Amino acid sequence: MAIWLTKDSKVIVQGITGSEGSKHTRRMLAAGTQVVGGVNPRKAGTKVDFDGTELPVFATVAEAIKETGADASVIFVPPAFTKAAVVEAIDAEIPLAVVITEGVPVQDSAAFWAYNVAKGEKTRIIGPNCPGIASPGASNAGIIPADITPQGRIGLVSKSGTLTYQLMYELRDFGFSTCVGIGGDPVIGTTHIDALKAFQEDPETDAIVMIGEIGGDAEERAAEFIKANVTKPVVGYIAGFTAPPGKTMGHAGAIISGSAGTADAKKAALEAAGVKVGKTPSETARLMREVMSAA
Amino acid sequence: MDLFEYQGRDLFERHGLPVLGGGVAETPQEARAIAERLGGKVVVKAQVKVGGRGKAGGVKLADGPDEAEARATDILGMDIKGHTVHKVMLAETADIKEEYYFSYLLDRANRTFLCIASVAGGMEIETVAEEDPDRVAKIAIDASKGVDEAKAREIVTAAKFPADIADQVVDIAVKLWQAFVAEDATLVEVNPLAKVGDGRVLALDAKVTLDENAGFRHPDHEALEDKSAVDPLEQAAKAKNLNYVKLDGEVGIIGNGAGLVMSTLDVVAYAGEKHGNVKPANFLDIGGGASAQVMANGLEIVLGDPAVKSVFVNVFGGITACDAVANGIVQALALLAERGEQVTKPLVVRLDGNNAEAGRAILDGANNPLVQRVDTMDGAAERAAELAAAGK
Repeated sequence: MAIWLTKDSKVIVQGITGSEGSKHTRRMLAAGTQVVGGVNPRKAGTKVDFDGTELPVFATVAEAIKETGADASVIFVPPAFTKAAVVEAIDAEIPLAVVITEGVPVQDSAAFWAYNVAKGEKTRIIGPNCPGIASPGASNAGIIPADITPQGRIGLVSKSGTLTYQLMYELRDFGFSTCVGIGGDPVIGTTHIDALKAFQEDPETDAIVMIGEIGGDAEERAAEFIKANVTKPVVGYIAGFTAPPGKTMGHAGAIISGSAGTADAKKAALEAAGVKVGKTPSETARLMREVMSAA
Repeated sequence: MDLFEYQGRDLFERHGLPVLGGGVAETPQEARAIAERLGGKVVVKAQVKVGGRGKAGGVKLADGPDEAEARATDILGMDIKGHTVHKVMLAETADIKEEYYFSYLLDRANRTFLCIASVAGGMEIETVAEEDPDRVAKIAIDASKGVDEAKAREIVTAAKFPADIADQVVDIAVKLWQAFVAEDATLVEVNPLAKVGDGRVLALDAKVTLDENAGFRHPDHEALEDKSAVDPLEQAAKAKNLNYVKLDGEVGIIGNGAGLVMSTLDVVAYAGEKHGNVKPANFLDIGGGASAQVMANGLEIVLGDPAVKSVFVNVFGGITACDAVANGIVQALALLAERGEQVTKPLVVRLDGNNAEAGRAILDGANNPLVQRVDTMDGAAERAAELAAAGK
């Protein structure tokens, strides 16, 4: 089963002819993903060859859905065009839109999110500025390396890409059902809470790793959600315990302002909700190992 | 990017908001000239991006050009909470009758924008919210609809602005929203928004934060950047397109991915507790594709920091294979040697993930006495801290 992305998912790529889009389309295909086509209005009607797999290019997302039955889109277009690409995906009512693009203005993200809400949230948006979603052994929509870990029964949700890979690697002997990189931007389409809810309901997930970082209060809100709704074991990790206030650490959203957004506050909130929180990635992996071994 | 008050004032003026006449000076002589132009009494305000400047003596009244020059002399060069004052803003004075608060900001939790307005202005809004929550109105703004006149009236009513100034505040609310959108701001704050003697409502302060991701549609925003406040190493890194933040420690950090690098800072700081209390010297994320060139640029910046005693390169090979990263490190050291940079500080390298074995073999084969390979993140952090402590 996994969440949101399964072996049956039919994936299209918006920006399939760009350098990032084509590079990762090749990787997604190699991982066994059913990539069924791409979108680029200027190259509509042509085909792109990926090591023997010919993929059709369509003018619009709606046309791609009509012709291929696609139910997921991965978006690789540059920041200036991202809002229009996401709005197009929402208009076409595609169930899943994964926005990889980094550097999207926050007013654009807020605008496409508001548009999605107004349209009844028929599209699950993941990102922007995220590595995407991978259900190991089944399908891969985005840039998460597919070969780090086999399929298993741990679910993972994370703001950070490379920390996701690190934890997938450390726990590869157990394997993962689905790994979701939600991105580190201030406005994102899928939150920790959305993923926690889906993992709680997923019969193929036994335990959940949740990775956060400094800034905002998403982890605190996730902690409240866990306390009230999640019965599966959750192990947490927060990056940035020693980060100084007032400095943005890489991600636009990762900044401690005043006393808000510190790793310690997030850890305390999660622990109050019964979540075991590691101080380092290796300690986090060890805690999850204990959970999985006891089950 | 946070703007100085004078930059915010100028931005407000450009968008038709009512502000007092003013100007910015870097020398007492310039301050005098502005005071002459403005005429009459002026207020001289330190331009620092930190609160509490009034209490620190950074805001003074002056009766005319002579006094303005004298007050500017006092304030320029002053240290306010670690920020040196390089500029003062001079502004006309106002006969303030009432002070209010008004802001638009990003509401991360609700993925939209928020208006905060209060008739209790002039002080920290957090304090008002705590002591007198009923006097602070928070109104959600639908990002797709924005603030038109009707929405502005809703805000004015919710915040209980007095009837005699309601129309003025409605006009300000609409224009401030237009400025917020047009400039790709994430915060515009007016505190105080004031009613003055003749009944006008004026924006007497301006706090503005702009979204750096939107820089591509605002070529004029680059000129607003405060070059004087940026650390020289941060400036050099920026010129090379590196995501670098200078910190106060001794262990240089290079890694791939913001989260992993932040995590590396933590692991090094913990290890430092056992080794002379050494700390991370910087944050440097070289991103997914760690080419030799990028690695060389990164190493050059980190090794150029005199505080650095050892360097920890922490890479998890995801998209990028570790053998490419290892080649990058070896070539980077050769490149630096070619550039005539004498590398003498030890490097601890941890490679894991995609093609880790091949990467490790390349490092071993290069046999550089400065490069030590440790294969776990914790172990490598420990070793880097130990080496930094020994080099102190």
